[in-house]
Amino acid sequence: MALIRKSKQFKWHRKHLLGLRELSAEEITYILDTAKGFEQVSTRSVKKAPPLRGKVVVNLFFEDSTRTRISFSLAASRLSADIIEFTKKLSSVSKGETLLDTAKNLEAMGIDIVVVRHSAGGASRFLSKNMNACVINAGDGFCEHPTQGLLDVYTIRKIKGSLEGLKIAIVGDIAHSRVARSDMWAMTKLGAEVTFVGPPTLMPAEVGRLPVKVSYSLDEVIEKIDVINMLRIQFERLGGNPFPSIREYSHYFGMTVERMKRAKPDIMVMHPGPINRGLEMESEVADGRNSVILEQVTNGLAVRMAVLFLVNQAAAQSE
Amino acid sequence: MKVILDSKQIEQILRDLTNSIISDTPPELDIAVIGIRSRGEVLAQRLSSRLSQELGKDVPCGTLDITLYRDDLNSPKGTDQPKVRTTEIGFNIDDKIIILVDDVLYTGRSTRAAMAALIDLGRPRAIKLAVLVDRVGREVPIHADYAGYKTDVAPVKLVQVNLIESDGKDEVVIE
Repeated sequence: MALIRKSKQFKWHRKHLLGLRELSAEEITYILDTAKGFEQVSTRSVKKAPPLRGKVVVNLFFEDSTRTRISFSLAASRLSADIIEFTKKLSSVSKGETLLDTAKNLEAMGIDIVVVRHSAGGASRFLSKNMNACVINAGDGFCEHPTQGLLDVYTIRKIKGSLEGLKIAIVGDIAHSRVARSDMWAMTKLGAEVTFVGPPTLMPAEVGRLPVKVSYSLDEVIEKIDVINMLRIQFERLGGNPFPSIREYSHYFGMTVERMKRAKPDIMVMHPGPINRGLEMESEVADGRNSVILEQVTNGLAVRMAVLFLVNQAAAQSE
Repeated sequence: MKVILDSKQIEQILRDLTNSIISDTPPELDIAVIGIRSRGEVLAQRLSSRLSQELGKDVPCGTLDITLYRDDLNSPKGTDQPKVRTTEIGFNIDDKIIILVDDVLYTGRSTRAAMAALIDLGRPRAIKLAVLVDRVGREVPIHADYAGYKTDVAPVKLVQVNLIESDGKDEVVIE
């Protein structure tokens, strides 16, 4: 170990992962390469390795989550960290405690890494400026969900080899989607061409300033794309009447068996979950041979292990 | 810079290591070779093909990345940041004699990490350590079962192993 050669190699220096917008293509690629080394931890008989032994990770979730929260818990425990689950309903937040007070109190107990999900955009950045612990954004408002973006590009890279030149459509409720935004940053930085597809009522106001194409018709793009990522219609966030009826939405923007017939035979079908079956995607498509939805979940674990490992490394080396 | 081993000497060492491993190992037991990234990986491939040829049976070869098991991950001193790579062992290590291969044995800490990593993969019948260069300076109680070249070069020096597959030529130099 004393004999590592002195070569100019890339060094990861971020102790927080707040979003993908601020990362370079080199940093994103470094995380993906690191994640590759973590895949095997989950496939062997002892599904645990020691690099975060003695560290404490807290899952600070102010919004509901199944996949992301369990994935972070499992990732942390596979790296031998201790993990504390915080959920809004069972905490003093219901007594009126602020985000910062909650975080500061947890920090006073000696936690090392905070994984935070919050309905307010910028919540994780706010915490990172006010805490010594490493902060990982697990979704903030409509802004970013960086580990989802990373696991999406990881999954694409694993199957297609590279993102360079791929045509990718992200379909549905773009306006309320932090996944769409993190995906867009990661995919475009790695060389893919991204098109946001959805009704005008579900496009974000700032879409003209983003590095994407926009289409209001799935039929117009379906034959040309290599990857399609179907977003969930987030009924809990929808205000007003963005589309006349669910039936009409799925007629124009749902991934149906009929549309699959017109797509490229090797099109990759993705969905960040949870799926509204029959709405944005028919079950035959979700469970079909082009679907990588469960691979996304599996890969998410390796990606989150890599992120936990890297922020901890950066923190250790900055001491 | 001083060359301590040239390609002929490296070739001779690999031949000697192969012979010693064969004479030590009862023929009914299964051997497998596992190299520690990155120079150990190359040496392990060469050893396993020699062993396969001599024994007339397939001696599987794998690669171990020890980064997650290093004992300096949380120490702020390291200027180099360890990069996590993949472990690629496509066979079951249970009940096999595992020949663990590294280019240089020095502090012994890599070997300790490698043993911890191996034991998380299964329970070999035995783990034996084979190295090209055995350098004085152990910091943990570990020794090589098969060592090519022994040296007590001063701690300030760097022993560098170059191999054709990774560096274009076979030689060991002291810098």
